[in-house]
Amino acid sequence: MKNKITQNLGFFLLFFSIITTLFFLGAIIYFISVNGLKVINWEFLTQVPRKGMTEGGIAPAIVGTFYLTFGAILFSLPLGLACAIYLCEYSPKSYVVNIIRMSINNLAGVPSVVFGLFGLTVFVKFFGFGVSILSGSLTLGIMVLPQIISASQEALLAVPQSYREASLALGATHWQTTKKMVVPAALPGILTGVILSIGRVAGETAPILFTAATYYTRGYPDSVFSEVMALPYHIYALMTEGTHPEKQTEIAYGCSLVLLILVLLVSTLAIVLRQRQRGEL
Amino acid sequence: MNNEVKIKAKNVNFYYGNKQVLENIDLEFYQNRVSALIGPSGCGKSTFIRLFNRMNDLISNTRMEGKIYLDNIDINGKNVDVVKIRRLVGMVFQKPNPFPKTIYENVSYGLEVNGIKDKKSIEEKVIESLDRAALWREVKDRLHDSALGLSGGQQQRLCIARCLAVEPEVILFDEPCASLDPISTRSIEELILELKKYYTIVIVTHNMQQAARISDFTAFLYLGELIEFGPTEKLFTVPKEKTTEEYLTGKFG
Repeated sequence: MKNKITQNLGFFLLFFSIITTLFFLGAIIYFISVNGLKVINWEFLTQVPRKGMTEGGIAPAIVGTFYLTFGAILFSLPLGLACAIYLCEYSPKSYVVNIIRMSINNLAGVPSVVFGLFGLTVFVKFFGFGVSILSGSLTLGIMVLPQIISASQEALLAVPQSYREASLALGATHWQTTKKMVVPAALPGILTGVILSIGRVAGETAPILFTAATYYTRGYPDSVFSEVMALPYHIYALMTEGTHPEKQTEIAYGCSLVLLILVLLVSTLAIVLRQRQRGEL
Repeated sequence: MNNEVKIKAKNVNFYYGNKQVLENIDLEFYQNRVSALIGPSGCGKSTFIRLFNRMNDLISNTRMEGKIYLDNIDINGKNVDVVKIRRLVGMVFQKPNPFPKTIYENVSYGLEVNGIKDKKSIEEKVIESLDRAALWREVKDRLHDSALGLSGGQQQRLCIARCLAVEPEVILFDEPCASLDPISTRSIEELILELKKYYTIVIVTHNMQQAARISDFTAFLYLGELIEFGPTEKLFTVPKEKTTEEYLTGKFG
């Protein structure tokens, strides 16, 4: 009898934890939607801001976030995948490689604002890219690199050894085996890593604070050396600067909702791609 | 019956780290014959045949001593291309391991990695290989479906077809029927008997009846040592060694 009570209590606690988590998720979505939907309309999504941010839309910020995210993934995916392939498929299992692995994991723990400062020093100043899409993308790309490497590594490790053996036994070289067999088999897992990275990149403020973002642009960026508006930074700016706090708060909620939906859309797209990939096999 | 030596192992020792798993093995396998390796699990049978296509190279912290010759070429020699050896010595594994690709791609893969580009000749070779592996009739209408949808026995025959496509001279079977039902096992055995016309076949098996049914020669390995080798009929009816007799009669195993 006592065991049964303990068991029920245990289950209740576990269930309660889930409810608590879902409650916060629901609350966030509810508040952002209720407050954000008020300002969202066609004009809000397609126009440039006007009258000190109190009127017009946030289109340049949406475009800017898109560019920054795209640029960051474009930079970090090939580099990260190459690192992961080397670490999993080629490097001998040695002391040095273990240190490399540990270092990459440590890189993942560096606070994002530190990446921002690094980007400012290296890309903005040293390479002279200025505050620009290029600097911001590179900074975001480096920030998300460890995540892409470890996701890719896990995906590669999950490919059964028997596939590698079968391929080699047919007279394929190590490189052919990696390129034609292992990486394609790991692709769904790698895509999952990319999905998570996209969400992170699109939402980060600190790395673009000094490297890419600006409070207000009249139009759209015309090259990779333009500074851009970006949704997360725009939210920050709306809440901390300007002269019409009330109006700006509303717009900030609108921006948040747009950012949330954008990230969800991209993730859904990637999930669909991944499922299709799996379905084909 | 003229037996021509195809593979020769000479004084082979093999170690996992400090643990010796093969001890001083001398053995010859003949062209167009089926040779079976029998013995209790853990006796080193699989480790031994994996030396013939240098599959053990993939396992770190292992060491081999002695020589292995394929047509009098030392396959571990300095100037020998391991990729070429693996093309000449095909392998079918214990668990069917088709690639997560279509049936067609599973067979064409080996051709593509070996540099064949012409679509027409790839297609002909795929059909020929599936036919030789006695699978063509079952899969001809679904060549572009996933290989993972095939039954275990069909998957194993696909693995054999995949292996045949690259035109090896030797085929190593590492307990090919271990995870198959009796009917699939029978079809694989019939296939092996058919294939021996064209290839040199070495099969590791747990199943003594299987060895008796399909092999011309049998080697009995016990605790990493070669106890006895000879024509299957002789080894099964009048074994020379006491250990062989005890194993065959089920005193241990």
